[in-house]
Amino acid sequence: MSNVVAHADDHGHAHAAHHPALQHHFDTMAQQKEAAVVGMWVFLLTEILFFGGLFAAYMVYRIWYFDAFAEASRSLSLFWGGLNTAVLIGSSLTMAMAVRCAQTNKRSATVNWLILTMILGTVFLGVKVIEYADKFEHHHVPGYNYQWAAAHPSTSLGAGEAAGAEHAAPSTALGAGEPHRELSLNADQLQLTTQIYFSLYFTMTGLHAIHMIIGIGIMLVITWMAYKGRFDEQYYTPVEMTGLYWHFVDIVWIFLFPLLYLVERHV
Amino acid sequence: MSGHISPISLYLTIFMALMVLTGVTVGAAFVDLGQLNFLVAMIIAGFKATLVIWYFMHVKYASKLTKLTVATGLFFLAILLGLFLVDYGSKAFSQMPPFLS
Repeated sequence: MSNVVAHADDHGHAHAAHHPALQHHFDTMAQQKEAAVVGMWVFLLTEILFFGGLFAAYMVYRIWYFDAFAEASRSLSLFWGGLNTAVLIGSSLTMAMAVRCAQTNKRSATVNWLILTMILGTVFLGVKVIEYADKFEHHHVPGYNYQWAAAHPSTSLGAGEAAGAEHAAPSTALGAGEPHRELSLNADQLQLTTQIYFSLYFTMTGLHAIHMIIGIGIMLVITWMAYKGRFDEQYYTPVEMTGLYWHFVDIVWIFLFPLLYLVERHV
Repeated sequence: MSGHISPISLYLTIFMALMVLTGVTVGAAFVDLGQLNFLVAMIIAGFKATLVIWYFMHVKYASKLTKLTVATGLFFLAILLGLFLVDYGSKAFSQMPPFLS
């Protein structure tokens, strides 16, 4: 890099030319990058345990109320969930390509791969909006208007019967009609316990979505920095750190997909 | 200094592997394996996560310190989930807590 040489000449120091991005408290670019990588992983470690608490809660409630989790899980769309998994894995590939282009100092390619990654991330969030809207429509959002018994008109008790008939058609279309096998929970218990599943569903996918929104925000800044030519093959740490974050979000979804969408599909 | 540069073919291979494994995990969910369904899904997800960490996140080419940091995170996650299971597993099992039944 010509600017590296120019920078060293300005100083007129005896020591070797150093990169303009090298902070004064680091000896070499390699040392600086190593510190950033370890620091990023320490942050991701806290994120693992952040999500880990939710996975632990999921685990306990899934064991306790497996039938409720199995029934509620079946009401999710496998198509949208599978599509989003593919989209997110694809965005991990484009992110890896962005980092690779930054490593090899291909500025415009880096910018393009980052933009493509942001587009795929936005597609994921768009699909999530469709899924969330569907949950609101079918009263599958935990709270006052939650209505699971409606999906089981034959087993619902008393007052649930009238409301059940009203929503029976769309619910059956979702695959949440008749219970799929002999369940250990009656309709009233399902009404309560499936809410636990959906509480975890909204908390886990919601937290994941917030991470994606933050990731896209970070990428906007990084893309602008890449466009301005802030990176070269010696210094591309911000692109790589963004990549680590994005891949982490991808990994969380890799676990969320089977846990939320595939509890018990074979019955 | 500029770190290991993986060939594009490697990234494409990992991407294809992740897509195939996603298909496998969906397919496996429709086969009745009893208690093993959950285990199979988690093993596949764990393998997918390993591919992402190892190749996409460049941990394969990272320093021992970075590898140790990653391992520490997984170790404490194992403690979190493991002790949860030990704790709740040792309690008297009840189908419904009293306030719900």
